[in-house]
Amino acid sequence: MSEAIRTKPLPATRTGSAAASVTPAPEASRISLRAGEEALAALSSALDLGLPTQPKTSESKNGRMALWLGPDEWLIIDQNGADLMALCATVSAPHSATDVSHRNTAIIISGPGAADAINGGCPLDLSLKSFPVGACTRTLLAKIEIVLYRSSEDTFRVECWRSFAPYALGMLAEGAMDASA
Amino acid sequence: MLLIHCPYCQEERPETEFRHGGEAHIARPTNIADISDEEFEAYFFIRSNEKGVTFERWRHAHGCGRFFNAARHTVTDKFIKVYKAGEPKPTLAELGLESGESQ
Amino acid sequence: MSGAYRIAGKGRLTPARQARFSFDGKFYTGLEGDTVASALLAHGVHLMGRSFKYHRPRGPISAGSEEPNALINVARDATREQPNVRATVQEIFEGLKTNSQNRWPSLEYDIGAVNNLGAPFFSAGFYYKTFMWPKAAWKHVYEPFIRAAAGLGVAPKEADTDHYANRYAHCDVLIVGAGIAGLSAALAAAQTGASVIICDEQPEVGGALHYEAGTTVDGMPGFEWAQKTAQKLAAMDNVRLLTRTTAFGYYAQNFISLTERITDHQAMVEKSAPRERLWQVRAKRVILATGAIERHMVFDGNDRPGILLASAARTYLNHYGVAVGKKVGVYTAHDSAYEAAFDLKRAGVEIPAIVDTREKPGDAVMAEAAALGIKVLTGHAVIKTSGRLRVTSMTVGRSTKGTTTKYEIDALIMSAGWTPSVHLFSQSRGKLTWDADNARFVPGTHAQDCLAVGACNGTDGLANTVEEALGAGELMARAAGAAADAEKLSLNTETAFEWTGGMVGASEGAGPDTVAKAFIDFQNDVCAKDIRLAVREGMRSIEHIKRFTTNGMASDQGKLSNMHGLAIAAEALGKDIPEVGLTTFRAPYTPVTFGTIINHARGSLFDPTRKTPMHDQEAALGAVFEDVGQWKRAWFFPRAGEDMHAAVNRECKTVRETVGMFDASTLGKIEVVGPDAAKFLDLMYTNAWDSLKPGRAKYGIMLREDGFIYDDGVVGRLAEDRFHVTTTTGGAPRVLQHMEDYLQTEFPHLKVWLTSTSEQWATVAIQGPKAREVIAPIVDDQDISNEGLPFMSVVECKVLGGVPARLFRMTFAGELGYEINVPADFGPALWDALYERVEAAGGCAYGTETMHVLRAEKGYIIVGQDTDGTVTPYDAGLGWTVSKKKTDFVGIRGLKRPDLVAEGRKQLVGLKTRNPKVVLEEGAQIVADPNQAKPMTMIGHVTSSYWSEHLGSSIALAVVVDGHKRKGETLYIPMEKETIAVEVTDTVFVDKEGSRINV
Ligand SMILES: [Zn+2]
Repeated sequence: MSEAIRTKPLPATRTGSAAASVTPAPEASRISLRAGEEALAALSSALDLGLPTQPKTSESKNGRMALWLGPDEWLIIDQNGADLMALCATVSAPHSATDVSHRNTAIIISGPGAADAINGGCPLDLSLKSFPVGACTRTLLAKIEIVLYRSSEDTFRVECWRSFAPYALGMLAEGAMDASA
Repeated sequence: MLLIHCPYCQEERPETEFRHGGEAHIARPTNIADISDEEFEAYFFIRSNEKGVTFERWRHAHGCGRFFNAARHTVTDKFIKVYKAGEPKPTLAELGLESGESQ
Repeated sequence: MSGAYRIAGKGRLTPARQARFSFDGKFYTGLEGDTVASALLAHGVHLMGRSFKYHRPRGPISAGSEEPNALINVARDATREQPNVRATVQEIFEGLKTNSQNRWPSLEYDIGAVNNLGAPFFSAGFYYKTFMWPKAAWKHVYEPFIRAAAGLGVAPKEADTDHYANRYAHCDVLIVGAGIAGLSAALAAAQTGASVIICDEQPEVGGALHYEAGTTVDGMPGFEWAQKTAQKLAAMDNVRLLTRTTAFGYYAQNFISLTERITDHQAMVEKSAPRERLWQVRAKRVILATGAIERHMVFDGNDRPGILLASAARTYLNHYGVAVGKKVGVYTAHDSAYEAAFDLKRAGVEIPAIVDTREKPGDAVMAEAAALGIKVLTGHAVIKTSGRLRVTSMTVGRSTKGTTTKYEIDALIMSAGWTPSVHLFSQSRGKLTWDADNARFVPGTHAQDCLAVGACNGTDGLANTVEEALGAGELMARAAGAAADAEKLSLNTETAFEWTGGMVGASEGAGPDTVAKAFIDFQNDVCAKDIRLAVREGMRSIEHIKRFTTNGMASDQGKLSNMHGLAIAAEALGKDIPEVGLTTFRAPYTPVTFGTIINHARGSLFDPTRKTPMHDQEAALGAVFEDVGQWKRAWFFPRAGEDMHAAVNRECKTVRETVGMFDASTLGKIEVVGPDAAKFLDLMYTNAWDSLKPGRAKYGIMLREDGFIYDDGVVGRLAEDRFHVTTTTGGAPRVLQHMEDYLQTEFPHLKVWLTSTSEQWATVAIQGPKAREVIAPIVDDQDISNEGLPFMSVVECKVLGGVPARLFRMTFAGELGYEINVPADFGPALWDALYERVEAAGGCAYGTETMHVLRAEKGYIIVGQDTDGTVTPYDAGLGWTVSKKKTDFVGIRGLKRPDLVAEGRKQLVGLKTRNPKVVLEEGAQIVADPNQAKPMTMIGHVTSSYWSEHLGSSIALAVVVDGHKRKGETLYIPMEKETIAVEVTDTVFVDKEGSRINV
């Protein structure tokens, strides 16, 4: 790989509050995966990860996550930076894998007030009953679109497009401040 | 803020995640290049704009991204039924309404 | 000392915990927990404001949020100031500064009070009748007069430095109101396992138990029980108890807005704490336990300071330990005022007489009055009052004509009965029903999943209220899906008196003469006679009467006045009250600050500001940025001493002569992938894509179904089944939506998928004769010669020693050009590497302005600037993009519409000014004959206009009727000072052969 320097959309500094920390996530590789039913088995096997077919659900294994975003759409994230495009290229059944590693960036919100912090701008019900661990969806955070994923009771991952990241970070930091007020 | 049931996400989601897409069940003619001016007018310009039950397209734009159809009452704003794109237009009876009750 | 009217041993505040505050510059000592009103009343101060229209002296009439009179200005500092705060709600704290409003020079001597003498002039409808004609007078006479004469507080001038928060919340059961009904419902709902949010506007729970001294619950004094219950609820995991929190709006599908006041009562405010928090609650079920509001009596002079609601007097006494006077008259039509009189009497206050309009008040209260030795005048009325800044007497008689007796008093308390607080129920679109026996509207048909309990539901009696609330709590919890087993709750309640009585409308002393100032709406100064006048003048609908008189239209929204107004109107109209109908209740229940409504959306969070990956690099080069939607784009890069014009001229010249680099990252990009990708693009664009070979690119035009240009961009084919589509910067989201729409709903059989990659790629355009030599060293192992990478081609390669890139050979400047896309994180590295080489080659960075000039010199259109949604590809001279072979694409039929193929369409042309130094104004209108009579026939307008440094002349694009046939014609552009002659040309001003591009 090149010596060229990567400039990430957000500084890796932790903000937030005692109730909810707000921290830009390390870089990861991502693809937007689109496919019909006939390609799911082959893609799941190529990615070594079952593609969930139920709304709002995800699968994860060894730092790789498959988030259901729509009936034929998944966001695949690999926190170890694996070449997901290459993995999908082995599948001949019709599908679309598109590299969005740099389009998206992620912010991790963690702590007992994490859900409250996100609810400062996100209108979804984030109770464990309605949004359990592993739940994921595309939704809104105030004026921007995000993908929200709950990785544990107290930890969420917010994915957004890179140019919206400072806004997302600002909203989440305010939400986190308020969650501890 | 209304809640709209998305037939693909299978749950109610806040209105702000959706985008309205105009009247439903207006199929684009497959031979569109050959249709008459009148047929084009009917297809492209004329909308029923009813008071009462209306059939309209919605897209869960900031959710699953899918277009779907809804039967909604324009006076009460209430969604009577949502159904996936491509499914047939429900009859009033299927919506639990008597004819004449659509107003 | 916290005031001469503070009664030792009364109230629930702690005498030792004092706080000093100021009102109109004078300092007072109050107790922690006091409101401004209770603390001032403790010092015998009733005069707190002036009324809106007549500037009449006013004091608090209530002890709560329904207060119409005692509106004050509260300021922490110049940036944290709020007018129109109700003194009955604002809690005091050490150092609080408050001021009265709507008076000059002082509260005691207010010049505006002459309005009071000119009262006939200010009669109902005076705005409509007086301030009608002429129109010009509005600006210079009427409006300044109205603004000066009438008004409430003054809006603060500085930006608010407080911050505000927002929280979306969900629950099974939301309970509004934490009086005995709300608390009971919450207990039942919570123990059934429901998630519960219960809110109350007051600082502590209790509602009516604040003043109800004679009530016990489970053997405890009612207020004490309420506090214990609140503690119990707050300790439960499934309950969120919010005090100082007003439910102000009830919207569709049980969506309720609450405003929580967090710091307004605090002396020391934590910096991080929001002043207020907006709660946007979605509840499966709602229980309304909003209580009832006492009504005043409508009689002449009922607005003098010192005249209050009976329940308010009780609250001041029983909760704050403050007597509202030493000699307190009572005027009532309801038993409620008796209890106030009893409490006051027992606290040592003299009660000269209870004046009751009823012949037969309740037996229990009559007996108690006798036992306490209080004189009761049944079947009597207070005919009038006197006292300038404070009530000093009441005149009592059997009727206005009979003999009257005058009583010296220093306060007068009153009750016409209770109005159920149906505001939220009505906001929920529930239908009210008229309870004729009790002359009140109560919740009838529900429109949403809610229940009203207790006083707001017209439920009388404590035991009934508690039983109803406990039942509703469990019922609603179970309806919301909660299913915990729990023992049935029951509460033992005892109360001293069950009340009877009540009246609506004007009482004896309210007229019918037309001078009596018997107020209905205190804040808007509406009297009984105004309602009658409205009816005499022909108003029939209560909605018209309301607007004509402004009854109920002040910031208190008629909480005291609506029922009286309605009853008087009904009487005047000779109709029953339900026939006349009630005006609609609307949000907000009480005023809400703008801060709460906008909450986080301020400053950088007002709207996202989008920056490209190379923004910092460009800023470091001195770029001036322009806003393009939410994007910041480098506009031009001025060097020392350069203005915009000079910078743009230099940038243009540099690109044409050597090389320039441009940040094109904001352009929309869509990855179109799948076996049917080409077929799909054939349908979406006018061009044919099937024949485009992988590795080649093409300029595409996208139409709407009506045949007009929707967007354009270069599309590169990366593989048989993969295209890289570009869109305009502003078009990116709508083009994707447009494509998705067709793909999902019209062409769902196609195997193709769309993914936005706008932000995946950082894009740098390198344009100019030296473009190839500039990029050569940074491109790894890729032939970029004219043969290896010809014009309009694309290749996936590596740059900067291994960074994956999509390299386009293309131009929007009409030069040898490339656009290099790299994964966005590498954008800055790419920019730096290129800039070093560009600079070495004598080139420069250029911005959007230069980009615009260069493209206009080549006649390349900008969708949305040279097109306006009524331009076809043929109009734009882009007919060559429309495939003749295809049998279908979006817009194919629209293009054949009669008007789109007729003569006389506006077509895109170039314009050259006769004087080459004159640069036209964009948007300027074009005429054929400058000497024709006005209004002239306009035949087109200028769409783009620039100075071309390269040509040494101005250039312009325009749409002109039949423009393509007019080449060589002279047309005219009449401007304010001169008429400019222009020659119609074709749209390409530079390098018509394209010899600069294909090298
Ligand atoms: Zn959906």
